[in-house]
Amino acid sequence: MTPTATKVGTQGVTATGESRSNGVVIDCKLDQIYYGSFLAVRDSHVQIEKGKITGFIGPSGCGKSTVLRSLNRMNDLIRGFRLEGRVHFQGQDVYGRSVDPVAVRRYIGMVFQQPNPFSMSIFDNVAFGLRLNRFKGAVAERVEQALRKAALWDEVKDKLKNSGLSLSGGQQQRLCIARAVATEPSVLLMDEPCSALDPIATRRIEELMIQLKQNYTIAIVTHNMQQAQRVADVTAFFSVDISKGNRTGYLVESGPTKQVFESPREQLTKEYVTGQFS
Amino acid sequence: MSDDAAVMVPAGVPSTSLQRSPFERRALRNLLLTIGAWVAAIIAGIPLVSVLYMLIVRGGSRLSWEIFVELPPAGFEMGGGFGNALVGTVVVVGIAALISIPIGVLAAVFLAELGPDGRLAQAARFATKTLTGMPSILAGVFAYAVVVLLTGTYSAPAGGIALAVLMLPTVVLTAEEAIKAVPKITRDAAYGMGCTRSQVVWKVLLPTGMPGILTGVMLAVARAAGETAPLLFTALFSGYWLFEGGQPRLMQPTATLAVLIYNFSGMPFENQIELAWAASLVLVVMVLVINVVSRLVGQRRA
Repeated sequence: MTPTATKVGTQGVTATGESRSNGVVIDCKLDQIYYGSFLAVRDSHVQIEKGKITGFIGPSGCGKSTVLRSLNRMNDLIRGFRLEGRVHFQGQDVYGRSVDPVAVRRYIGMVFQQPNPFSMSIFDNVAFGLRLNRFKGAVAERVEQALRKAALWDEVKDKLKNSGLSLSGGQQQRLCIARAVATEPSVLLMDEPCSALDPIATRRIEELMIQLKQNYTIAIVTHNMQQAQRVADVTAFFSVDISKGNRTGYLVESGPTKQVFESPREQLTKEYVTGQFS
Repeated sequence: MSDDAAVMVPAGVPSTSLQRSPFERRALRNLLLTIGAWVAAIIAGIPLVSVLYMLIVRGGSRLSWEIFVELPPAGFEMGGGFGNALVGTVVVVGIAALISIPIGVLAAVFLAELGPDGRLAQAARFATKTLTGMPSILAGVFAYAVVVLLTGTYSAPAGGIALAVLMLPTVVLTAEEAIKAVPKITRDAAYGMGCTRSQVVWKVLLPTGMPGILTGVMLAVARAAGETAPLLFTALFSGYWLFEGGQPRLMQPTATLAVLIYNFSGMPFENQIELAWAASLVLVVMVLVINVVSRLVGQRRA
């Protein structure tokens, strides 16, 4: 990991009582995120509620992926990344001084834009996280469960030894979802999981997300407003501020999806969801 | 849109016809270049084919079971073989591989993943690249100074260390490329699953890059097996078996195929010269087999 200068939030590090009571799993207050001297995101306060799908929408370059990747410290891998603010996950600051980013990623799983199965068998892909965590138990059973949850079992049950890369794009993405859910993380982050897929595969992944939210909390970045409307319970709209010669993303508003799309509080949101800019 | 409408001719195109015109200037130039490329490709293949042909003609006649199991003949003796040199080559190259593969692969991990831009990495990369072009005899001089003088004897380990020095840059550079070639999204996946950095290296980067790493290793082994100069004053030569009564006696001069060819080909005895040809054939076939295996391994990608 590249060394990062992480400033722990100044707003008090202890868990707030309110964030537990209304089922908020991740409560992040991102004051500023920098890549080097570039201010990528400012003033974004997002809450991710348990058992719901939170959709991040906004024009490209608005920092929605940056915010998502900050939640499980994936941005630590990017040189020059620096975050001011806090990300509370179940009451603990993910950026706390003594927190191991590797442990954070085991609790907060991730599915990426490009399907990225490992160059190993389908079975080994799904068992990867279990073996990583030295899971003592019936690995094969867990693998089957995970593949069933990802709605992939019937298609691959006879060829578990084949390479994960031999599957189609949509199947690969479901394999990645199975890989992520096999270790039963608390939260699943999805960074435009359908943008590399065709409409039919996209529909399957969307159905899958709605099934998965019974057991998992999901945050999804999407550039597709219809997708947000179809799957997200809560929507957070980000935009870009180009006023100071920078392109800095910030949260415009968030709320129940229906409200954000039908009666947005902000004029900017209204213009975006009605397709006046993108 | 009638059929009679004139076809729009793109700017600069001389005629409206879509037919081939074989005597047009650019068609001729195209033909010439194609022929040139064919001829160059054939010429590139000539050395290997002719060397193989010559070796099969001159060395093939002497091939028999006994040359693989008998000791080299002395002076006017007839018959004999180069069994000990075959064993010696395998042992010396094996020692070289045992040294250069772990060091080379770990160094490549450092260069590709751990500290790719640090001072140490830049220095190591520069040194490795320089080492690639180093005359092989200098590796022999190095091993002579470091091992032979220190242990007081020519030996298989001395030869192995000389060859390891030669193999190291090939292993490091190809392994570095193989590790770097693992896509970033695969690394992201590994970190996203909660891998520590060493787990990313061991569980994802090395297995995924393995075909490329093995190809580099095999090429390095093949090159080392044919090297003569670094062995001349490290392993030297011997007319005896490396193993006596099942016990390896490593700390003594050791015969290798390359040095045997060098020694025997300069002798005034017909028998020895024939053996040198046969040994050359065996050595080239060994190298060829290693190369073919490395290509097969390289193709076996998931």
